[in-house]
Amino acid sequence: MLQLLHVTKLFHPGSPDEKIALVDVNLTLQPGDFVTVIGSNGAGKSTLMNMISGVLRPDVGQIIIDGNDVGHLPEYKRSRWIGRVFQDPMAGTAPHMTIEENLAMAYTRGKGRGLRIGVTSQRRSLFREQLSRLGIGLEDRLRAKVGTLSGGERQALSLLMASFTEPQILLLDEHTAALDPARAELVTQLTQNIVSELKLTTLMVTHNMEQAIRLGNRLIMMDNGRIILDVNEDRKGHLTMEQLLGEFEVISGHKLSDDRVMLG
Amino acid sequence: MMNSLIGALESGMIYALMALGVYITFRILDFPDLTVDGSFTTGGAIAAVMITGGVAPWIATIAAFGGGMVAGAITGLLHTKGRINGLLSGIVMMIALYSINMRIMGKPNVSLLGEKTLFSSVSELLLMPFIVIIVKLLLDLFFHTDLGLALRATGDNQRMIRSFGAHTDHTIILGLSLSNGLVALSGGLIAQSSGFADISSGIGMIVIGLASVIIGEAIFGARNVIFATLAVVLGAIVYRFIYALALRIEWIEQTDLKLITAVIVVAALVLPTMQRSRKAKSMAQKRSSEITTGTDHTSLGGEL
Repeated sequence: MLQLLHVTKLFHPGSPDEKIALVDVNLTLQPGDFVTVIGSNGAGKSTLMNMISGVLRPDVGQIIIDGNDVGHLPEYKRSRWIGRVFQDPMAGTAPHMTIEENLAMAYTRGKGRGLRIGVTSQRRSLFREQLSRLGIGLEDRLRAKVGTLSGGERQALSLLMASFTEPQILLLDEHTAALDPARAELVTQLTQNIVSELKLTTLMVTHNMEQAIRLGNRLIMMDNGRIILDVNEDRKGHLTMEQLLGEFEVISGHKLSDDRVMLG
Repeated sequence: MMNSLIGALESGMIYALMALGVYITFRILDFPDLTVDGSFTTGGAIAAVMITGGVAPWIATIAAFGGGMVAGAITGLLHTKGRINGLLSGIVMMIALYSINMRIMGKPNVSLLGEKTLFSSVSELLLMPFIVIIVKLLLDLFFHTDLGLALRATGDNQRMIRSFGAHTDHTIILGLSLSNGLVALSGGLIAQSSGFADISSGIGMIVIGLASVIIGEAIFGARNVIFATLAVVLGAIVYRFIYALALRIEWIEQTDLKLITAVIVVAALVLPTMQRSRKAKSMAQKRSSEITTGTDHTSLGGEL
């Protein structure tokens, strides 16, 4: 479904600030894979996400989605395959527009946008039905401005917007990191439900080790722009946090250093 | 007195189209577009030259709209493809349009005296309400289409709408184009109403447009697009009333009005900010004291 072949990316190449963001990254996701990504600060997790979504283009290497080489397509063209939720709850929605208008824009993801009315009664009933699956009462607030929602509500809405049109790839970029623990847990549960229900091929970056082990069928660990560990489904079932941290130190030669990493 | 108020109503309705254009860039796209000062004159120039050349007034008026759209599209191209700062793109275009407008007119002032204009057979008072209402309704409709939603989201959260597949360069160019089309349409109608096109007619137009938008929103509110466009139309008319009344004050010169307009805009921009921060502060004090004295029994956030 998603394939990265020898993907390499440098920032500020040839300058004193040159930084290696990704080195020869190879990654293949099978349809329905739910892969969690962990790693220390500056390991290249966000670069990986930006590279797949098209915010950045690879210097070297190929990115293949569903058989299409998309490496040189800009973000707005790749969006027909990709749904994405950002870390910042403000980033994934338009605050001065209503919930139903936001959903209408998500509904037309990857299609041409013409002069058809965005929120028709037919679409509205679809939106209401989809929102009710979140179970947080947003279906009764279709005409509320998104800016009036709490961070957790906005992030749940962003998750729905990114996923309900069943994209080939769902990218979750630390989408619970900015929420308080209770709200983060709710959004995590929603994520789990939606991904398993729609069988979405998902790549999720997280700082929460426990979450990384609990969710998904595969776990990869990054360090210094490389994928250093790839845990498959069989092993992931009985992986513990101590094993994971230990393994990281053995392979990378240093401790997992991330001021934001949460162990529980 | 009555006459000058009727005159204010007439010109207010014509300037309302310009204000709607400014609303699109300033409020919807969040793009301070100074092209307006040039494109308003362009509209007047195109309409006047075509009418004196014997073209039917309504065709000349539509051509004015088209000329404005081209000007706006170029500003958009400078900003998106040329990566020039938004304000600067508008200023550059405004300056360039001065020369172009002069070329179109061939002289600084083109008279329409004795020519047949849109308002020859029907007065402004009868014709303009139709035009303004139709333009307002079409805009409302457009802003609720898939394309219109993408345009609004471009001004609200560019990153978000890009991740949903809109090419924001295109929506910005479209918005600027539509905006300057309306501004030029307004310029074309003003030329026909006042009986001449003048090279300096657009000077300060952006500030007048901003004043209309801000006055309208302050008086009539803007809780959604439909109310906002209505507020902008009414704001433009109110502005002309203020203008007409100010002219009747003996010690105010006509040239003072631009200063008055500037003061109105500054006041309208500064006062709400001050009010907001005052409100936020008193709310913070209220909540803090509730929490510290233990009288707080409500949690503001829900489960999520």
